[in-house]
Formats: sequence, C-alpha cells, structure tokens
Amino acid sequence: MFLINCPYCGERDQSEFSSGGEAHIERPKQPTELSDDEWADFLFMRKNIKGVQFERWNHSHGCRKWFNLIRDTSNDKIHGIYKMGEKPPKV
Amino acid sequence: MSNFRINKTNFVDQTNRISFKFDGKTFFGFKGDTLASALIANGIHLVGRSFKYHRPRGIMTCGSEEPNAICQINDKSNLTEPNVRATEIELYEGLEANSQNCWPNVKFDIGGINNLISPFIPAGFYYKTFMWPKSFWKSVYEPLIRKTAGLGKSPIKPDPEIYDHKYVHCDVLVIGGGISGIISAKLSAKNNLNTILIDDKKELGGSTIFQENEIFKINNKISKDWLINEINEIKKLKNLQIKTRTSVAAYHDYNYLLARESLSDHLSKNEKDGFVRQRLWKIRAKKVIIATGAIERPLVFNNNDRPGILLASSINKYLNYFGVTCGLKNVIFTNNDSAYEVAISLNKKGIDVKIIDIRKRSESELIKETEKLGIKIFWNSTITSTFGYRKINSIEIMSLSEDGSNVIGEKNKISCDCLGMSGGWTPMVHMHTQSGGKLNFRETDQVFLPKEFSDNRISVGSSNGHFELDEIIKLTNDTVKKFLNIQETDLDDADISCSKELEKRNIWLLPNYISIGKNKSFIDFQNDSTAKDIKLAMREGFKSIEHVKRYTTTGMATDQGKLSNMHALGIIAETAAVKMGSLGTTTFRPPFTPLTFGTIVGRSVGKFFDIVRKTPMHEWHVKNNAEFENVGQWKRAWYYPRNNENMHQSVQRESKAARDSAGILDASTLGKIDIKGSDATEFLNRVYTNAWSKLSIGKCRYGLMLNEDGMVYDDGVTTRIDENHYLMTTTTGGAANVLSKLEDYLQTEWPELDVWLTSVTDHYATASICGPNSKKILKKLFSDIEFNDQNFPHMSFKNAKIGGIDCRIMRISFTGEHSYEINIEAKYGNSLWEKCIDAGKDFNITPYGTETMHLLRAEKGFIIVGQDTDGTMTPIDLQMDWIVSKKKYDFIGKRSLYRSDTMREDRKQLVGLLTDKPNTVLEEGAQIVHEKNNKPIEMIGHVTSSYFSPNLNKSIALAVVKNGRKLKGQKLLVPMRDQTINVTVSDFIFYDKNNERLNA
Ligand SMILES: [Zn+2]
Repeated sequence: MFLINCPYCGERDQSEFSSGGEAHIERPKQPTELSDDEWADFLFMRKNIKGVQFERWNHSHGCRKWFNLIRDTSNDKIHGIYKMGEKPPKV
Repeated sequence: MSNFRINKTNFVDQTNRISFKFDGKTFFGFKGDTLASALIANGIHLVGRSFKYHRPRGIMTCGSEEPNAICQINDKSNLTEPNVRATEIELYEGLEANSQNCWPNVKFDIGGINNLISPFIPAGFYYKTFMWPKSFWKSVYEPLIRKTAGLGKSPIKPDPEIYDHKYVHCDVLVIGGGISGIISAKLSAKNNLNTILIDDKKELGGSTIFQENEIFKINNKISKDWLINEINEIKKLKNLQIKTRTSVAAYHDYNYLLARESLSDHLSKNEKDGFVRQRLWKIRAKKVIIATGAIERPLVFNNNDRPGILLASSINKYLNYFGVTCGLKNVIFTNNDSAYEVAISLNKKGIDVKIIDIRKRSESELIKETEKLGIKIFWNSTITSTFGYRKINSIEIMSLSEDGSNVIGEKNKISCDCLGMSGGWTPMVHMHTQSGGKLNFRETDQVFLPKEFSDNRISVGSSNGHFELDEIIKLTNDTVKKFLNIQETDLDDADISCSKELEKRNIWLLPNYISIGKNKSFIDFQNDSTAKDIKLAMREGFKSIEHVKRYTTTGMATDQGKLSNMHALGIIAETAAVKMGSLGTTTFRPPFTPLTFGTIVGRSVGKFFDIVRKTPMHEWHVKNNAEFENVGQWKRAWYYPRNNENMHQSVQRESKAARDSAGILDASTLGKIDIKGSDATEFLNRVYTNAWSKLSIGKCRYGLMLNEDGMVYDDGVTTRIDENHYLMTTTTGGAANVLSKLEDYLQTEWPELDVWLTSVTDHYATASICGPNSKKILKKLFSDIEFNDQNFPHMSFKNAKIGGIDCRIMRISFTGEHSYEINIEAKYGNSLWEKCIDAGKDFNITPYGTETMHLLRAEKGFIIVGQDTDGTMTPIDLQMDWIVSKKKYDFIGKRSLYRSDTMREDRKQLVGLLTDKPNTVLEEGAQIVHEKNNKPIEMIGHVTSSYFSPNLNKSIALAVVKNGRKLKGQKLLVPMRDQTINVTVSDFIFYDKNNERLNA
C-alpha cells in the first residue's frame, strides 16, 4: 500500500487510485494505415519490466484525473509523478 | 494443589481470585495470570496432543511462539474460538478452555496409536499414502484426518461482538515495549515527535521488567527498577501514545502497518458488555523503530517434547512475573549464558536446579555466581533422552566428544520434574523483512540480522542482534539519535554493568547413540516434524528450504515456525555441508500472529457489508410483492408474483400482458452520462461504431461501443438534447466502467476535444411503459402532447411537464413494443411511477421485472452485453454489421475488426435456436455439438439466453455457435446429463421481424 502524490490533490493512499498500465503508448493517429503486426504491437505488447517503469495512474476515488508515475516495480519506490502531456522528469 | 505458586509479584494480584474451567474441571487463578500460568500454578502441564503422533504435549513457552498449548475457548457460546494460545490469553472469571487436537480426551488419545506406528509415518507420509486409492479420500482418509488432527472448531453462529477499524498517522512508531522500545519511544517523544509505542502484552517492560539479578545494573539501579522508573516517566509524555495488548500483524510498503488491539478479550462476560472486542489500527508512520526483541531457541535432542520441557526463559517469566514455578526439581539445558539467570533465580527461591551445558567451560560473571551458589553444572554434556509420559520425570545425559559430533562415556540418569532448554536467541526480524528489508547472517551466534537500515526504518535491541545489556542501551541510544537527528540524550553517559558472554557453542542437532532414524528429536513441535524428516526429505532430493519446509510441513503450523525455522535451516546446512548463511531464510509473511476475521472485516458486516443502491420506486416494488435481483450494487425488481405464483408463472403473465396491453418497468438503474461541449458529436463518432453527425436535435440513436481490441464493450441509446448536449445511456452494470473509459480517452488521447462528462445515473428516475396501449396511457398523462408518428416518431424525444415538474420522454423500445421512457428528477420518481400506474389502470398496466424484460428482448433478438457477449464477440459475430460504419475513418476498435483473427469466418456467431420439442427449454450455458459419436466431441458453442416464450408459445434461445451465420436451418445437439436435446438453428429475431408493432 504505497502513498501516491496526486499532482492535483496531494498525497493519498494507494487504495484511492487505479493503475492504467504502461505509459507513453500513444494511440496511433491513423490506425487504418497500420499493418496487423504494427496494430498488434500497440494493442497487446507491453514491456512489463522489473525495474524503473513509466506508468499511467488514475485518481479514481478522488479527482478522477489521469497522470503519469515513475515506479520501480521491484520495490515500489516512486521516482516521479507528472501530469499527462508533460515531459517525464529525469530519473 | 497449588504448591507451585511460590512467589508474590507485582504483576499478579493474589488477593483477586478467579475461577475458570479447563477441560470441564474448575480451577482457580488470580487477576494478572494467563491461562498458562494459572494451569502451571495448578500443576497442569499436559494440555494437548501433537498433530501427527498424538504425543502428550505441555506448555512450552510464555508467548506468541507457543506451539503446544492451543485451546478452544468458550466452546458452547457463539463466540467459541479455536487455536487460542493459553500463553497469551489473560485469565478472566468464567473462562472456559478445552485442549484441542485430542480425541476422545487429553489423557487417553486414540490417535496416540500413531506414535506407536511412527516409524511408518515419515516426512511426506500424508502426500505419499493418501494419494491412493482415490475413492478412499471421501470415505476413509478425510474423516480420519479431520477427527484426529482437527485444529479446533470454528463458531457456527454469527459473531455477536463489535470490531472496529481506525486510521492513525504518526511521526514515529515504535514496535515493541521492551527496554529498547521504551528507550526509543522516550527519545522520540521527548524530541517533539508525535510517537506511538505498541506492545502485545498487557504492560510494558519486556523481559527486563522481572529481571532481579544484581549483576545487571543501570546507573546503579537493578535493571528492573531502572526500567520501572523509565516507564513511569514516559507515561507522562504528552506526545507519546502507548498501546498495550496490541500486536503489529503486518508491515507493508511506505510504512503502512496493521496492528490489532485487544480491548475486551481479557474481560469477563459481565465486564465486556458493549465494548468493542478488537480494533484494527491502520497506521501510516513517517518513521518506524522495530524493537520486537528475540525469541529463545529450543534445543533439538531425543524426546525433547515431553510436558514439563519449556524454554528456559519462560520458566523465568513464570517464576518472577507470575510467581509460579514450573517444577520443584529443575534441570536447565543450555548452550549459552542467558539460562544461568534462570538457574540463579530458581536457586535464590530455594528451588532445586542443575545445569547441563554443551560448552566446555566458561568464566563469565554469571557463571562464577552460579558456581558460588553451589549449583551443579555438567559441562560439555548433552541430553540423550527424556522419560515420563504425562510429565517429564528424568533425563539421561552423556558427555560430548571433542568436536561435538558424538556422545562418549557413561550414561547418567538425573531425575527431574521440569526441564528448561535454551539454544540461544533468534532476533525477531519479521517486521524488518515484511517491510522489504534484507538479512545478513552472523556466524558467531548463528543469527539472521537486519542487513540495512533505511531513512525511515531501523531495528534496535535484540531484534537487531544486541543481546548484552550495555550493547542494548548504548547502541539503541546511538542508533535512535542518528535516526531522529537528536544531538544529546540522558543515556549518553549512562553507567551500565552486566555479565558478558565469553564462550559460544552451537550444535543444531545434538548427537545421540540412538540412530537418527530411531530417535525423536522434534524441530516443529506443532506439526510434529523431526530432524529425521528433514534428513529424509534431503535424501529424497529436496534442496531448497522452501521445498523442505513444505514437504515436511516444518514451520507451517499456526506458530508459523517461530521456534523451528532456524533449526530446520541449521540441520539442512549441516547435512548438506554448506554455510547456513548461504541458504537464505523462508519468507516471513504477514500476519505475524493470526488475526480474527472479525478484526479484518471491522464494521463492514450485515447491512454495511456492501453498498446497496435502490431506485426511488423501490418501496413501491416492495409493497407490491416484488422479488429482487442484484445487478451490481443495485436492487432491481425481478418479478412480481401474484397469488402464490412461482417465478415462471409470474414471468409468463407479465410478458403476455406487456404485449397484449401495457407493461411498466423501472429502468432507473440504467447508466446515464450527460455529455456536453462543442466536440460532443465528434466524441460520439469516435467512441461508437456508428455515425452520429447526422442525428438531429430531439432524436435518439442506439450505439454499440467496442474495446480497442474490437470486442463489444457496452451498448445503449443516446439522445441529442441540444446542439452540443447529449444524454448517453449505458448498461446498468457497465455505467461506472464506461464513464472511466471515456474519461481516459478524453484526458489522455484526445485532450484537444471540448467535451465534458457527468454521471447522472442517480439524478434521474426512469419509468418505461410499453405495449399496444402505451400511447393511450401517455395521452392521459400528457394531454398537451400529440402522440402520433409524425409529431412524436419512434427514436425521438420531447421535453414535457407532469404535475408541473419537468421531465423528458423518449420514444424508444427494448421490447419491440410501442414504448416510451419517462425520465424525471430522482426525487419525483415514485410519484411519477404512481401516476403511470394510475393512468394505466384501465389498460391493465402490469409492472414487470428484469426477468420479463430479458424474455421480451430475447423474443426480439436484442442482445444483452455481458449475457450474450463475453468479451470475445465483435459486432460482426453478433450479426450486427449494420451498426458498423464503413465511412468513418476511425472509432475505438475499428482497426481490430480487420485483423486476420477477427475476420475469420468460423468465429462463434450469434444465432437463434429452436428446440424440436417446443416445450423443452434449454439451459443457459449448455454446450452445443454437431454430433456425439466421434470422440473427442467438438464443442462448437453454447446457449447464452433461453426462455419459454408465452407470446410465441414455444421455447426460444440465443446461442453463439462456430460459423453460425452459415448454419441456419441445420440440426444441432445440446447434450445434457439426462438427455440430448435436438435443436435447429434459426434466425435470432423470433417475434415481429418487420417491426410492425413499434409503430402500432
Ligand atoms: Zn487527485
């Protein structure tokens, strides 16, 4: 149960949030131009790394805003939080 | 009888006598006793039988590590509780306890036969034996195991007690109220930090609180007196909260800890009335100081499990804390100095005691004092066996060889009635490792210690491997100062005197002249695993500690291996000739001590178990005899039985009435999302499969929503209220998820869109009126509206007023009948409903529930997302090609409809099924096959919806079948347990194919 510092509300318990998986996977602007493999890559393939990972999180039981979070999946240390559309901070 | 109570102490009030029952017999103890101390005072040690061999077992410890003294409490009440440790439960008037795990009783135990056949019950016995034959499980093995090995009975009635949850935040949490915890808490609180100190006992002080030996002094005071003074001081500190009878169960990430506080477990029935029984504390601490102490290790030798054999330190606590001696002729068996304190204590009370020490010799201060008192010490010796059935009566000792691997010389028998054993100390590192900390192994005394501290978590005292008094005080002081950034403290120049241990010798499995296969050297007392079992497991190829543990069940009982894990590891290391530190440990998982279910659940029981959502018309449904169905958290009217109708009869009547005249449904639970913004139309184009640009104001349209993988996700009708304003409806169960998904796209993929979403599900109540007479009823309700197909066509909406209140009327249909949905502000919902019922009286308006709604829509072949779909159905699979726009460049899931897999022709597709015998109704979920003769039989699909249709007077079903589109008219089989049903694939619209009734 970690603490997450929502960029809109401040520090809250993890139970208020839901995880949205890997961040920075942009939905292709022109899906019809993509091959099956390219589309499958967007749709299904996730890195799921052990270590520092960029993730999407939603303050679902709070302000309902989505934001990005940098988490080390091996020890749940959070190395940074930034709003959607912002550049990730250096880790 | 109670000649074992030989001492008066400050901790037991010997003027306050308490009666209790153990195994049906009445005994007396005193306020301040635990059940265990009261039993020992009455001369009772035999309290249970071991798990596998049913050997007699006695009280072995004085705390949460107790493996044997496990009781069923208050057997006849609602609150009977199994697996309660006699060493932890405080005595109260009227307590009734029974020993567990012995049938028919503790003194004569049939399972004890296992002990006689024990050569045949080796490690993995249960795995190996009970594998075969299969049929024996139900009839022979399971009843036998349950009867002889049952770990208590669970209560069968609802728990009448109250439990609580509480959230707390603090600067510093100190776990453990022994000497190092008290020092830490004082330093923290005195430096203006909001501090909580937690201890599982009823009072602070750990084992120092009854330490009377004059060798151990702090600032010239005996350590006990010094500590009592400290405790009195910290009790005055304002920003220190002390929680006794509270044990930390779990230590999670980011210093989030769970602790259970026992508030009334120590009170008698009369005293506890109305009290909360236990409270779960959810603690967020900025910093945590772990001061959980250490647990004494047993020694592993032949027959080390008889009643009357205890941990040496427990004998000391019973003597100096409870005033009870465990025996009158004691032997202490040790490999270290700490047990000498016990011997000195016994001797000073005039009780006979001898010492057997596996070490060759030592000259420490404690040992010098022991010798001065004339206590006999057998150096370099070990116990080779013990004797006595219900309690130990003698032991046999021999000398150890030079390297300790063998016994030599004469066998020497010593009579005794109590044996204390001390194999050194194991730091309680559970909290440290639960929080993610790693461990190091210290060779000198073979202990695992916290490897590293973090900025917000340290371990101090013996849980950090400091066992000498001067170390405990000096190093705790230094560590806490650094951790909390404190400059100087009172303890910086404390004057401490103590005895220091000079010699160490550790032998995990003590040698014997009896071969390992024939002796009983127990490691895990509760699960009855012996050194032999571990060696056997290793011979059979198990190498990892985690595997050996599971195969032999060592460390897997309710004490979670607190006493046994280290010995198991040590013996594995010795046998495999590897360094113990290289083996690692087993994982320490929460909870540290078991939690009751009541504590975990807290107040979330009964009507607080889950949120119940009711529509504004709920009371009307109740009054009109509705049966309810749970749909998510909603209570929905399911059907309305009349005159003892069963469900089938009600549904048949309701379905017929809806098509013959008029029916009314409470549709308030449908998800409703209000959509506003200048890009609202574009947004709908992107989230639904069909096109929305041409929908004019005042019109409604059905939409299908996919996931990005092309699978159907939700559906519903959306109404264009205004140029930039829509009202979307979703399925009842999908409402919250749909809103979240739409928000996700808006915030993360299309932030450029000017669209605002608001959930309005609870804001509107909806009455849906259908049937050929629905128009007439609406006319009565809204006299100023012209209800004809020009002015108010199907799939359109109008603003209206009823009784002066604004409402919206949508002409839409989920039944295939001419139909209207009236939406009104929720608080007027019931009044609207009653007006509709009133206006419909002349037309036999019939309220119908969800079951009839499902039947009516199935007659029309309308799908229910989640019933006819399961996350693997595309719109094409559902034969809904018409709703997928070919013109739109993109929408969620579009690209996936052109993947090779989604374009396969032999995917499962929605079809109708008609049974050859029209009265046979298929079971939903039933499998469908082509033919039954060629095995394996290919499963080609399953039934998703099935009803007897009163309007068609035959059975109808929807199903998904491989290549179903091409199978129309073909015969298929639905094999059931007792028959095979013949069916024919049909169109899935069974009723009114040309939609004539919509405009009737
Ligand atoms: Zn927030």
